[in-house]
Amino acid sequence: MAQPRSNAFNNIIAQFDEPWKRYAAFAVIVALLLIAPISLGPYATVILTNALLYVVLALGLNVVVGYAGLLDLGYAAFFAVGAYTVGILTHTFGLDFWLTLPFAVGAAMIAGVIIGTPTLRLRSDYLAIVTLGFGEIVRFSARNMEITGGASGISGIQQPWLFGWHINTPFEFYYVFVVLAIIAVIVSVRLQHSRLGRAWLYVRHDEDAAEAMGIDTVRVKLAAYVIGAIFGSISGAFFAVNLGAISPESFSFQQSVLILMAVILGGMGKIPGVILGAFIVVLAPELLRDLGEYRLLLFAVGLLLIMLFRPSGIWPVRGK
Amino acid sequence: MSAPTETLLELENITAGYGRIVALNGIDLKVQTGAMVTLLGANGAGKTTTLKTISGLVRASGGTVRFAGEDITQTPAHEIARRGLVHVPEGRHVLRGLSVRENLELGAFTVKDPATRRKRMDEVFALFPVLAKRQHGDGSLLSGGEQQMLAIGRALMHGPRLLLLDEPSMGLAPKLVIETMQIVKRLSEAGTTILLVEQNARLALKLAHYGYVLESGHIRMQGEAATLRADKSIVQAYLGE
Repeated sequence: MAQPRSNAFNNIIAQFDEPWKRYAAFAVIVALLLIAPISLGPYATVILTNALLYVVLALGLNVVVGYAGLLDLGYAAFFAVGAYTVGILTHTFGLDFWLTLPFAVGAAMIAGVIIGTPTLRLRSDYLAIVTLGFGEIVRFSARNMEITGGASGISGIQQPWLFGWHINTPFEFYYVFVVLAIIAVIVSVRLQHSRLGRAWLYVRHDEDAAEAMGIDTVRVKLAAYVIGAIFGSISGAFFAVNLGAISPESFSFQQSVLILMAVILGGMGKIPGVILGAFIVVLAPELLRDLGEYRLLLFAVGLLLIMLFRPSGIWPVRGK
Repeated sequence: MSAPTETLLELENITAGYGRIVALNGIDLKVQTGAMVTLLGANGAGKTTTLKTISGLVRASGGTVRFAGEDITQTPAHEIARRGLVHVPEGRHVLRGLSVRENLELGAFTVKDPATRRKRMDEVFALFPVLAKRQHGDGSLLSGGEQQMLAIGRALMHGPRLLLLDEPSMGLAPKLVIETMQIVKRLSEAGTTILLVEQNARLALKLAHYGYVLESGHIRMQGEAATLRADKSIVQAYLGE
């Protein structure tokens, strides 16, 4: 269709087919991320931190949507589970942040299993509706329960200490998120090439054929859901300590859609594409800020154009 | 023809349906180890449903399915596959966007030993040289006949003890129908136990040892393939001319 138009980009990307070039590119990007705050200043650092948060979230949702092929419209719920677990345990019960992380992971896994077990037998369009409902249930629960602080949420969440170092400036948090994003990338790559990753590939392409060849499709899909939930929950945990305050509105349907947009925009299942998508979703509205009210319109039109001309995402499909 | 003795698959009074529609109404069927058995009948007689009930894709509402002596009536489909009962469904299910080789690898997903996987891949390539030639190409770009070979090859990668084949010749040109059937015959001669659903009844009865004729969810007739083939009334009434 519109392939010739984007050939130049495809060709540039194809230069990185050799592994050493890919590692080199990865190293250059990491180096750029490390020096970025110094040259860009505090405002840009906060925006970049947000972009890195979206990288982790989008890579997590990518496990569900990109690897396993399950549409999830309520991913922000897992983000909320992590944020609230940390918020409640540190603020209300006075636990140390690092001690609350395992609880956040555990809570996300339980939430993933509870919502996944009955719903993953559904066809994907029904699954989308159920996950959308789940997202709203979590948000409304957070809004109406006392322990979650109701509509105003939880504030005064303590910033964490790491070996005597108090992480509390935007710059420090930026580097924490750089580390998180790198871990998320490494885990994503390893998952993709694991046995489970191959099972996801087959389930995504043809569930019946996978089942007929001995793959327990329900369990494989549940694994994707739970792993995605863990990514989301850890993002939420660090999100909570970074801001120091959380409220239900941070975990709205719009949030879920934005994360999904990052995944689809860059190219489902393709790690560099998903990272690019996350950066676009966060940076584009910022870069277009001068346009005032029109920026959202322009952003939306841009998204539509990308989807029209490159329906499988910006990142090229690698020819095997 | 060898004289198979041991019963590998046994259906006892199987009933199944979709919602209120009864598709199978008390099916009794046996497949001996090493045999090729064919299931014949008009469209809608329940052939495909019988295969799906055996492989666990459709749950039987009554009766028992026994495979290698074990009751598998309630066993999940993937678990049945792991035990070596492999269903090659109608429509081939070739995975689009994946290479021929990757499609074959799916078949050996549960095979842990890499040496066994390689050996089976070689065997499949020896049986279907065209798949070897096009192993790096997209599986869905193969012709209909080649896709059928790929679907069968994928099942062989699994190392099946029993192969359920659902209309392997469907939609193929006459020459390819014969070719596909010859492959099925070769598999059978190599010792694979096969339950074959086929629309080309004449051909199926020439290859198989034993045949069942289904009609609206009942077994209408059964017997040695040669006997069924010789019976003119059967040929006219159920198998078409």
